[in-house]
Amino acid sequence: MYPTRFNYESPKSIAEAIALLHQGGGEAKILAGGQSLVPMMRLRFAAPEMIVDINNIPGLDYLTVDADGTIHIGALCRHSDLEKSSLLMAHQPTMAAAAPVIADPIVRNRGTLVGSLCHADPQGDWSSVMMALGGIVVAQGPNGRRSIPAADFVKGPFQNMLAFDEIAIEAIVPAPKGIPNGGYLKLERRVGDFATAGVAVAVESSQGLIIRAGIGLTGVGGSTINATAAAQSLVGAPLTAGSIAHAADLAAQAAQPRSDHRGSASYKRQIVKTFVVRILSGVVESMERAA
Amino acid sequence: MSESIGNEMYTLRINGQDRPVVDAWVGESLLYVLRERLELPGAKGACEQGECGSCTVLMDGDAVCSCLVMAATAVGAEIVTVEGLIEKDPSMAATAEVIASQITDVQQAFITEGGVQCGFCTPGLIVAVHHLLDKNPDPTELQVKESISGNICRCTGYGRIFAAVEAVVQVRKASR
Repeated sequence: MYPTRFNYESPKSIAEAIALLHQGGGEAKILAGGQSLVPMMRLRFAAPEMIVDINNIPGLDYLTVDADGTIHIGALCRHSDLEKSSLLMAHQPTMAAAAPVIADPIVRNRGTLVGSLCHADPQGDWSSVMMALGGIVVAQGPNGRRSIPAADFVKGPFQNMLAFDEIAIEAIVPAPKGIPNGGYLKLERRVGDFATAGVAVAVESSQGLIIRAGIGLTGVGGSTINATAAAQSLVGAPLTAGSIAHAADLAAQAAQPRSDHRGSASYKRQIVKTFVVRILSGVVESMERAA
Repeated sequence: MSESIGNEMYTLRINGQDRPVVDAWVGESLLYVLRERLELPGAKGACEQGECGSCTVLMDGDAVCSCLVMAATAVGAEIVTVEGLIEKDPSMAATAEVIASQITDVQQAFITEGGVQCGFCTPGLIVAVHHLLDKNPDPTELQVKESISGNICRCTGYGRIFAAVEAVVQVRKASR
């Protein structure tokens, strides 16, 4: 249970960290919360030659909301910061629902949202949430910054789009065009276990109509699944029992679950369907309350 | 350019004291350094994966798995281990009676309510419960369950641990 030997670097600025990554030539890894990377190194699934610890870079632990509603999450913003945030409670129901169900409370005190996106675990909750929200990952490398849509950021299991000398410095949730609503539900056998299945739903409504929808699925495929057909089926219409059931069916069809010790494929598909219905029914209730 | 910590000395701030760590590899976990280099064996190593919570310590006031924190990352942070929860009187010898008279209310409640069986998970749970009650002196049952859900106990079935937390809450309420 010991990791292979590595060089440890503790840069004080993003520029320094990028220079170290560049120098590492693809064998360097960023350490933020370390709640996935360190176990991976212990199990020797990962054996980086260099660890670039960004915990000593000031000013990366922010969670801010712009006047227009755009949310910025810095690379060192911990899950527990998001869980406690009254900003999220007020502005972003899908994220507010997901934050308290990430791993367990001790892990949430260290782990980060941006790190979780980079880890690209098919069982990772935040990837589904960010996909559903149409989120963006901001990467910074030697040639400056670029924005990568969360939907494209994950290339496959444990693979992301970052170049070897790029750091994901923040995640952005774009400003909503309507009233944001949604939720996140996950089934786990016990707290801290990987999800049997999880569903993130984010919708925006205006005058009773859904004007934007996103649905991300956790743990039911080789990587996070963007259930675009299910989400698109909701747009341009009010939420009804019929439209919810249709979207739930499409989401269940988009899932690619495998039977394993957490449940059979058909069971997991059924969970996806049930969760879509539950979240959207909750959205209908909250829209009715607000009206 | 960057601060590169090799196999030289670094200093951790633990239980209010500066503790130099000499000739150690920086890739070691905080847990390993506490137990094997600084003679603080209270935090226990079990899963080494962040699953079980037996290695829980406070880092700048937050409960964390010390197995998943690199010792080098902890440089500059205020670390409190289960040993540091007790206000020790250095003039007194460390006999069983003296130690028993110094344990915290949470530790005493675990004993009184029978929340300790094999004892392996206990130090992590004690830290987690102190952390909970410091932040939230009057938690609901659900908040108690949630806050220790990262600490796995295979003996007690948790019932007596919940009873111990409840006992501390009541005693602290009465003394406020």
